[in-house]
Amino acid sequence: MGGDGSGGDAATQVRAVIDEVYRTESRRVLATLIRLLGDFDRAEEALHDAFSAAIEQWPGDGVPASPRAWLVSAGRFRAIDALRRRARFDASLTALAAQLEGQTAAPVEWIGEPTLEDDRLRLIFTCCHPALQPDAQAALTLREVCGLTTEEIAHAFLTAPRTVAQRIVRAKAKIRDARIPYQVPDRQELPDRLDAVLRVVYLVFNEGYSASSGATLTRHDLSAEAIRLGRVLVDLLPEPEALGLLALMLLQESRRAARSLNGDVVLLDAQDRALWDRAHIAEGVALVERALGAGPPGPYAVQAAIAAVHAEAATADGTDWAQIVGLYDVLLRADPSPVVALNRAAAVAMRDGPAAGLVLIDAILARGELLDYQFAHSARADCCRRLGRVDEARAAYARALELARQEPERRFLQRRLRELASLVAFGLWALGSCWL
Amino acid sequence: MRYLCLIYDEEKKVAAMSKGEQDAFMGEYFAFTEDVKKSGHYIGGEALQPVGTATTVRVRSGKMSTTDGPFAETKEQLGGYYLINAKDLNDALQVASRIPSAKTGTVEVRPIQEFN
Repeated sequence: MGGDGSGGDAATQVRAVIDEVYRTESRRVLATLIRLLGDFDRAEEALHDAFSAAIEQWPGDGVPASPRAWLVSAGRFRAIDALRRRARFDASLTALAAQLEGQTAAPVEWIGEPTLEDDRLRLIFTCCHPALQPDAQAALTLREVCGLTTEEIAHAFLTAPRTVAQRIVRAKAKIRDARIPYQVPDRQELPDRLDAVLRVVYLVFNEGYSASSGATLTRHDLSAEAIRLGRVLVDLLPEPEALGLLALMLLQESRRAARSLNGDVVLLDAQDRALWDRAHIAEGVALVERALGAGPPGPYAVQAAIAAVHAEAATADGTDWAQIVGLYDVLLRADPSPVVALNRAAAVAMRDGPAAGLVLIDAILARGELLDYQFAHSARADCCRRLGRVDEARAAYARALELARQEPERRFLQRRLRELASLVAFGLWALGSCWL
Repeated sequence: MRYLCLIYDEEKKVAAMSKGEQDAFMGEYFAFTEDVKKSGHYIGGEALQPVGTATTVRVRSGKMSTTDGPFAETKEQLGGYYLINAKDLNDALQVASRIPSAKTGTVEVRPIQEFN
């Protein structure tokens, strides 16, 4: 790899260019090929063939001016060619090949920039179509939009590769057989359908942010992929809730380095704020402001605003709890769920003291809600502990421990129980994962 | 592409309606059927008699057995269907969402298997 300008070196350079083009363009090219060829599997094969052709031809012919357009053309050409060859054994493919070839009248139209960007959105909306199972939506999005391998997805979701592969195969079959259209929903349908997409992106993020079970607390790659997806959405469709979700993810991600120490959970109030990622915070805060300025705030924008208040407090004691309670009031109106009510109760406990928080938490549990939710019991335990009601605190921590699935969280709760046993009057205040 | 919209609802609910409510409900169905005929989606559709009239047939080892009723006890019963022509699943779902029983029961949308 010496820089002597020999022919071999030029080939290496072209190979590096192709690798780079693969990294930056392959998902865009795939999205367009799916539209042109009308089938996910055929498009994936065409994508593979297009890059094989690039490896053969670019070293001799030079890198084309628009690699993306070249790859789309090459992939499409090879797919039609392959159909023609197979048509010798299956006559029904002749008509299909002719039909696909007939769509080529205006090449500018099918590889023009705006159309290509639309294709990425089409792909996202198709992968997150509500007619597909939620698990399949996430897997398919990671596979097709992000380009993760089946093994990577399986590893991230702690499932067997075979399970993930089956989900993806079934989802693709349903798209084909039930004819789920490859399109961005119209204005009327967009809010609901965008919600579904944002839900998938947030699910992927949370799966990385706080693994639902297992020994490690965070799986960074999934969070990074979710943020990448969030950026794509904001670029293509800057709706307020898309901005809000990206802001929320960036602000939560900013605390990653401070959230654990030697594999143990460190709660928000005990985190070393010097470890928070200032660039993520600045970007997140700017996005929150954009989202809030764009109309009545949706749930993601409000959650991001809450995260921003935490991010902007120089110390835990300096947190503006009154503002956080106010934002939870807004969130509760948009999303009247018991989990939001619990988080509001925890914020009230910080603003007005543990007795006020405990009344609200007990009211939620008395309604029969969140009885099996770990964080409801750990929040109750902490209020009791701060009030000196040791027996109640111990019972509530024990219940939380029964429900906790993540090792670091279990260790945290066990630590709390030990502390209670030695009657430590002062301590850290524990709460749900949203406070991590 | 053709889709079958299978309509499931609680028979008891409809049976418990007053005469006026039943007429209004039927009116909604007539209006919907007219609508999908005009839009070109409609191929066919029928309402079924109550599930109490159903008989299940099985043939095992060449021997036919018949039993009363549907083979599974469920809260909602198959009460009718529409066979429609739609551009794609989204189009079919739009039509299905306008079937009056979608507001009270469940509509299952199934693409028709085409054999060439």
